[in-house]
Amino acid sequence: MYIILAWRNIWRNKRRSYITIGSIAFAVLLACFMRSMQLGSYERMIENAARFYTGYVQVHQKGYWDEKTIDNSFSFDSGLIDSISRTPGVQEVVPRVESFALASFEQKTKGCLVLGIDPELENRLTQYGEKLVEGAGITPEDKSILISEGLANYLKVSKGDSVVLMGQGYHGATAVGIYPVNGIIKFRSPAQNNQTIYLPLREAQWLYAAQNRLTTLALVIDKAKHVDRVVSQISEKIDPETMEVMGWKMLMPDLVQGIEIDNISGKLMTWILYTVIGFGMFGTFLMMTAERMYEFGVLISVGMKRIQLQVIIFLEMAMMSAIGVGIGVLITLPFLIYYHYHPIYFSGESAEAIEKFGFEAAYFFSLQPSIFYSQAWVILILAMILGLYPLIVLQRLKPVKAMREA
Amino acid sequence: MSIIKAENITKIYNHTVVPVHALNGVTLEIDRGEFTAIVGPSGCGKTTLLNILGGLDHPTSGSVELANTDITSLNDGQLIDFRLKNIGFVFQAYNLIPVLTTMENVEFIMLLQKRTKKDREARAMELLSQMGIAEKANQRPSQLSGGQQQRVAVARALASKPQFILADEPTANLDSKSTSSLLDIMADMNREEGATFVFSTHDQRVIEKARRVITLEDGRVVKDERK
Repeated sequence: MYIILAWRNIWRNKRRSYITIGSIAFAVLLACFMRSMQLGSYERMIENAARFYTGYVQVHQKGYWDEKTIDNSFSFDSGLIDSISRTPGVQEVVPRVESFALASFEQKTKGCLVLGIDPELENRLTQYGEKLVEGAGITPEDKSILISEGLANYLKVSKGDSVVLMGQGYHGATAVGIYPVNGIIKFRSPAQNNQTIYLPLREAQWLYAAQNRLTTLALVIDKAKHVDRVVSQISEKIDPETMEVMGWKMLMPDLVQGIEIDNISGKLMTWILYTVIGFGMFGTFLMMTAERMYEFGVLISVGMKRIQLQVIIFLEMAMMSAIGVGIGVLITLPFLIYYHYHPIYFSGESAEAIEKFGFEAAYFFSLQPSIFYSQAWVILILAMILGLYPLIVLQRLKPVKAMREA
Repeated sequence: MSIIKAENITKIYNHTVVPVHALNGVTLEIDRGEFTAIVGPSGCGKTTLLNILGGLDHPTSGSVELANTDITSLNDGQLIDFRLKNIGFVFQAYNLIPVLTTMENVEFIMLLQKRTKKDREARAMELLSQMGIAEKANQRPSQLSGGQQQRVAVARALASKPQFILADEPTANLDSKSTSSLLDIMADMNREEGATFVFSTHDQRVIEKARRVITLEDGRVVKDERK
């Protein structure tokens, strides 16, 4: 009977209920959109950085990450690699030699990141093969390079042109080499796209005079959420005095901090939105209480306990909030699914401005379930807090006064 | 045998600012099964007295005993419980629950008393038949006339077989035909169910029907006549 009464009470004043439910649904829609866009962008940044560049976990010589020089490389150790490979959750161990060089072509020179890679293993991590926009990939025996599109455009090179790489090798050796461009890769991340050169691992070791040495073991793991466990298990297998293992959050603290700061501002905006909507909901609850004082007085007069009446009012508010949240989510979901698979890309000057900061010029949308259920919980909790008002009024209500003054 | 005993009741409103003496030492006794009208001009204290007799309001001083229970000593929760078990109310404005059907309105008090569905439905249908509105069982209050709504309100008041029915100006919003019909029904119920009826009214038709008329003036009982 409580549920029937509450349900029918909601529809006593249809217009008011529609407005309340509509405002809740709209708040959920806005909040879901904002959070989805924000979390989608974070996911994309993490994916670009961790999934398609660093890997979620890396193993180096101790100190390499603080001072990324070829001097902090370590000797190739098949025993270590086998041991890491057998860690549950680790799918691939991808060896790299990473260093910096100046890349020159004709009159143009630019600093770049040189990655000496095992082409097949690297492809399993970064899937660079899918990003080839011109030319072909490289093999372990090649003496050629893959160059990122932004860098190629800057240097004005195309497939077949030869690029001179010049840098500092292991223990101060001079690193100089000339390599034909075998293919051009387009990275999603502007930062990567403007400065990356892939070189076969053996050739990179030769270039940097670091034969049989590696700077990095990047790991492909089964699920991103297993990072902490994998890091912990690998840290037990390595000598902590000479080696270090790092998860993506340690590898990219700036990214993590940037996301956290941006996330706070996003949450603040969402709370401002909720506050505005909260006032609207409170207005409804206020009216709903005021216009039914007489009825409440009558119901208590005829023997209805206050707690019974409070349960009914509580159910009314919970039902209205749940309907609003449900409608909000149902309306939002198709849009978010669409935009999740079809991100909104910028073009023109605005795109260039954003890319200058190293970000992709697009809005990406997340479909994390938490986006939906957290909004639902917030709205429901908000309704419950605001709903304390009618409950307090009912607790203090004097039936005769209520009937006389209504 | 007295079922309602009011002893020297006073009720003063705004006693800290400008005191308004609504009741000035009212003492009365009403026996089981009486059909009593409390009459008097507007502002004489009829509704206040009825509210105090029904445990809806507290007297400033004096005591009220209903069926040997001193209701002035009960707390809020006990009073609600007492009203639920012992008193049926009929209000001037019917005060049916607009979102419930006629049948559900009559069942409502029994529902609060946790009676079984079968029991509730049987009693509600019996009362609606006695009131001559059984065919309206599934209609909402807004679909009924004023007279029909007040009959539902009386049925609701009687549903739990209370010892007393307190009716505050029950015919004030009814036409003469509806009033006459409602009074006949209440008189029948008084005879058949044995419920004690107390009305506050200044409707001459109710006064004529009542077997006892208590007249109030300025918060005092000035006349008490039995027919």
